[in-house]
Amino acid sequence: MDFELMINSFPKLLNATLVTLKLLSASLIFGLFIGLCFAILRVNKKPIINKFAYGYSYVFRGTPLLVQIFIIYFGLGQIEYLRSTVLWVILKEPYWCAIIAFSLNTGAYTSEILRSAFQTIKPGIIEAGQSLGISSKVIFYKIQIPIAIRQSLPAYGNEIILMMKGTSLASTVTLMDLTGVAKYIISTTFKPIEVFIVAGGIYLFITFIIHNVIKFLEKKYSFN
Amino acid sequence: MELLSFGKTGWGDELLIATMMTIAVSITAMSIGFLFALIFTPLKLSKSKFFNLIGNCYTTVIRGVPELLVIYLFFFGGSGAVMYVASIFGYNEYIEINAFITGSFAIGIISGAYSTEVFRGAIQSIDKGQFEASKVLGLKKSVHFFKVIMPQMLRLAIPNLSNVWQITLKDTSLISVTGLVEIMRQSYIAAGSTRDPLFFYSFAAVLYLLLTYLSMKLINKLEVRYSRGY
Repeated sequence: MDFELMINSFPKLLNATLVTLKLLSASLIFGLFIGLCFAILRVNKKPIINKFAYGYSYVFRGTPLLVQIFIIYFGLGQIEYLRSTVLWVILKEPYWCAIIAFSLNTGAYTSEILRSAFQTIKPGIIEAGQSLGISSKVIFYKIQIPIAIRQSLPAYGNEIILMMKGTSLASTVTLMDLTGVAKYIISTTFKPIEVFIVAGGIYLFITFIIHNVIKFLEKKYSFN
Repeated sequence: MELLSFGKTGWGDELLIATMMTIAVSITAMSIGFLFALIFTPLKLSKSKFFNLIGNCYTTVIRGVPELLVIYLFFFGGSGAVMYVASIFGYNEYIEINAFITGSFAIGIISGAYSTEVFRGAIQSIDKGQFEASKVLGLKKSVHFFKVIMPQMLRLAIPNLSNVWQITLKDTSLISVTGLVEIMRQSYIAAGSTRDPLFFYSFAAVLYLLLTYLSMKLINKLEVRYSRGY
């Protein structure tokens, strides 16, 4: 055990944790928005619309995140047309490519989570709203969505943790996030176990915090 | 389409072999995962606090740390660890472990943590009366486990195990960082030499979709088979 290395690498890894957290929060915010949109499309009654939403979530849940990042980072640059548009400013940055890939990925999972939450809402609640003469729009935004969000909290908490682990893939597109820096230190010092303990410890700490925040929210918004 | 032809000009045969490799790694990793689950599920269910702690540590650490980090640990640390063990027995030459073994071991440990949780959940949701009944009948421990608990556990575990299989299959793409030629690595090589990354990575995505789709079909059949009588 090389404790000196562990202590020396800690500040570097902590710095890289900021990148990880930035990636995580950005992709969660975009992902939640995408997920909500697609969940609403999923419960739509028109078959074309809900088939489209189902196709989106099927493709993004059925392929590895690594493929998705590579398609966006290496693949999209190949299209000549894209290079001439404003989008290229975003797509040439590995940072934004990673965020786009993560958001689309977590969006697909989030849409599934929210959809199943929508479908488990008791019809009696909606009927009660209707019989009070509330318009269907208000029922949807003020009754169905808040209940669905509460219902999906535990599953969404898992998704946040999975996404946090997913951000480690940003290191494959040259970003120096926690895993990227850990790999760099390992390959220069050849002390994998020490670095793994420190980096893994930081990841576990983040997981622990997310887990407890979700638990707290669940308790706060529980029905009983 | 020319790019996908078989033979020297196309990448069709290489990609086919790479797909086989992905399947082979996934199956090996899943089996290693089952071995780990076989060890750690009893620990998690045991009444002793110490064993509980070991089981919990395993599942919490592995499920809380990114897969890529675990793979790097094995990739950089694997041969060192094996050489250390070998040096105890007096063998001091350099040992290189092949990428297939390191890769499937790393993915196997990860998939084992998920499998452990699935088996624990399944065993805990078996009716208590079943345990008591087989105790009252005085069944031997092996009969009790293999003939009473296992069949009921499998029925409950299969839907969740299919999720674990999907996770494992998708995680194998991460082994490409160690240089093992599976779908992702082969697409990387092909994309590099033809300068057509969009096509090859999209094709890789299609291959993964196909694998997940086909395995879901198979698992559904298995599910029907194991829930006969319910």
